[in-house]
Amino acid sequence: MNAMPKIDRRAFVVGAAAVGGGLALGFQIPFGPQVARAQDGSPEVNAWVVVRPDETVVIRIARSEMGQGTMTGLAQLVAEELECDWSKVSTEFPTPGQNVARKRVWGDYYTTGSRGIRESHENVRKGGAAARQMLIQAAANGWNVPVAECSAASGVITHKPSGRTTTYGKVAEAAAKIEPPKEVTLKDPKDWKTAGKPLKRLDTPDKLTGKQVYSIDMKLPGMLSAAIKACPVFGGKVRSFDAAKIDGMKGVKKAVQVDDSAVAVVADTWSQAKTALDALPIVWDEGTNATASTATIAEFLKGGLDAEQAFVGNQKGDVKGAIANAAKTIDAVYSYPYQSHSCMEPLNATALYTAEKCEVWTSSQDAEAALAATSEAAGLPVAKCDVHKLLLGGGFGRRGRSDYVTQAVLIAKQMPGTPVKLIWSREEDMTHDTYHPITQCKLVGAFDANNNLTGLHMRISGQSILAYLAPGRLQGGRDPATFQGLNPGGAEGVFGYDIPNLLIDHAMRNPHVPAGFWRGVNNNQNAIYLECFIDELAHAAGQDPLEFRRKLLVNHPKHLAVLNAVAEKAGWGKPAPEGVYRGLAQQMAYGSYVAACAEVSVTDNTRLKIHRIIGATDPGHAVNPAQIDRQVAGSFVFGLSALIYGECTVKDGHVEQTNFDSYNVMRIAEMPKVESIIMPSGGFWGGVGEPTICVAAPAVLNAIFAATGRRIRSFPLKNQNIRTA
Amino acid sequence: MARLIINGRTQEIDVDPNTPLLWVIREQVGLTGTKYGCGIAQCGACTVHIDGVATRSCSFPVSGAEGKQITTIEGLAANGMLHKVQQAWLDHDVPQCGYCQSGMIMAVAALLKEKPKPSDADIDAAITNICRCGTYQQVRAAIHAAASA
Repeated sequence: MNAMPKIDRRAFVVGAAAVGGGLALGFQIPFGPQVARAQDGSPEVNAWVVVRPDETVVIRIARSEMGQGTMTGLAQLVAEELECDWSKVSTEFPTPGQNVARKRVWGDYYTTGSRGIRESHENVRKGGAAARQMLIQAAANGWNVPVAECSAASGVITHKPSGRTTTYGKVAEAAAKIEPPKEVTLKDPKDWKTAGKPLKRLDTPDKLTGKQVYSIDMKLPGMLSAAIKACPVFGGKVRSFDAAKIDGMKGVKKAVQVDDSAVAVVADTWSQAKTALDALPIVWDEGTNATASTATIAEFLKGGLDAEQAFVGNQKGDVKGAIANAAKTIDAVYSYPYQSHSCMEPLNATALYTAEKCEVWTSSQDAEAALAATSEAAGLPVAKCDVHKLLLGGGFGRRGRSDYVTQAVLIAKQMPGTPVKLIWSREEDMTHDTYHPITQCKLVGAFDANNNLTGLHMRISGQSILAYLAPGRLQGGRDPATFQGLNPGGAEGVFGYDIPNLLIDHAMRNPHVPAGFWRGVNNNQNAIYLECFIDELAHAAGQDPLEFRRKLLVNHPKHLAVLNAVAEKAGWGKPAPEGVYRGLAQQMAYGSYVAACAEVSVTDNTRLKIHRIIGATDPGHAVNPAQIDRQVAGSFVFGLSALIYGECTVKDGHVEQTNFDSYNVMRIAEMPKVESIIMPSGGFWGGVGEPTICVAAPAVLNAIFAATGRRIRSFPLKNQNIRTA
Repeated sequence: MARLIINGRTQEIDVDPNTPLLWVIREQVGLTGTKYGCGIAQCGACTVHIDGVATRSCSFPVSGAEGKQITTIEGLAANGMLHKVQQAWLDHDVPQCGYCQSGMIMAVAALLKEKPKPSDADIDAAITNICRCGTYQQVRAAIHAAASA
């Protein structure tokens, strides 16, 4: 392993700057004569809610919006408790600098792990409820009547006995001066009128006309643009570059060394910067990783499949004994390749540095981490830095990391007073990702003489994300995130099958290629390994794959319920259309229960058509079913793109794929009909942006087996002579 | 100098004739609705109309567009009314992150001009834009809705 970068610094840097923070209903807003104000001067009722005199309501959103709809969902939750008029709602993102200055009044900013709603629903609902109470109190004070006689709906406050009414806009100024309530009571979700409804997104109109400004669209007076190239081999460094060779090229201002490993060219326009960068001779010191290849990495991982040492993720009974005493054993080895995030908006950030202040405009899934990175790169305290967050042109986990922000600041620091926009080319983006980690998995199942499954050993060998991104979060060397969906308990991802003897363990093998969180993360391959092998076991036992799973899931009714829902809707057990075959998969991921049933046909054993996938999800509470529906379909596209095409291969230490011509993804012609079943059972809050991604691929693979008798255990399908029809 | 007619407005731009049209539109004309996604005409995020034909502007030299009618996403709506494709997109709540949607809408608007009632097969053949969020199901539904509008 090479030296690990220090990336997990948010907690330290931002936490240290905001000592004494904490969430309370008062939200640390000054009350009395001092009213906190929005930029346009309108009063803040509290940190979450600004009401303008024209009755429009601005709801503050801490989490990032990257297409997943969280911004709309969180606004629905605030609006539900606030009792405002939804047609008058808009949103804004407070900066992480403001969050630090106000002792983290908005809580966590990071938008990863499908956490946007499930980990902030209580805060935002309380914020909305507290604001409502303050607005009603202000009206009651004005009328000099008991507050209990007043109520609010759609932004109108009514005094019932007299029938008098007023509006939020009229009392907001007075409400802002009222001491926040100590406690609020939240509505029972069954009484929701705005939350829980399939409302349209708030951010659509500007996305249809070109008006929406993403961070790549930032314009500042006097701004220059930068193109960057880092050493193609991870861990390599810049030895030298010959800036004289690009002297005099049109628009070029400067070639700069960014850090040990990257060089950038700054010019009037990005097009000029990129042209000059391509002409700039750079000599790299590629280092010791330059001999690594896909084959050497595969060999390294293979060694982990039978290694003695492994971290245990889930253990029950005596699996070795069960295997030794089995009437029959079944085994298989699967593998899953590196994947690129390839957000449609290439990574970018604009930075403006002076000796007194550093500001960044960027799209980030973790604006507080971006602030910490800005502070560190600028060499300025957090209080003298800020990050302005714009909508993201895709995130998928990649924008939780702030490497591109650090680079932008390091470049801007070499041109004080001039704003510089750094844009990565698609080639830079694809060859300097933090990739979906690479793993292999050996599975052994044991049956007794009556075809009962008595044991399962699942040995994962391969890369740990935390070992690369956040080594401080390893637990005695063990990466708990490796076992997503395979845990014995907890609220995130419980292994659903009851097998008397079970061992799931991980032999950590970390190649030099950076690993990161990629939509669905380790659920992706864990669900393929487990759900395809369960299918193998069912066939080995001569049992129907649904019935086989049902018996093993009997003690996990929520896992079972989503599986039954997709099976029923697909008509499992009844004949499919001619030539069409079905496959199943289920998983618990990010606190939600999900299952899929895929219907495929395969012509000549090589031409795959995915006709339909039914996806069921039980997220506990469904804040916006229309947006969940879109997340289910979108997650299937992301997961199936990887299954069909996705693979980043390594040659001479660098990733070979550079653009969508070598890293292809699904297009509309390959899109199956997706039917989603949203079945919130209440009592818990699960995520929805990621969970369903992991069941699409194994459901399709199990359907391919049903169609062809062929078990595919290595991906993508394009390497297995299967292409889409 | 390149003489460009963008959204009905003629402009003289000082630019190297080989510069991709995309970057001239974004950086010199200042219309940022047209997006950079790949730079090699694979993803379609940069789609504009040149004399009514959907064109991937990232791989199209500015010199080739001189004197022609260029329409970008900013010029698609006319007289303050959304184009029927934009309206269908609004009705079907199509975009997720939205980054690819300018190009997607421009590609669809060109398709509907050529084939006012496209079949699913027509859509599959003509619309090859990449959407990483995976909005394809909504895109298809909205195309059919726009076609019957």
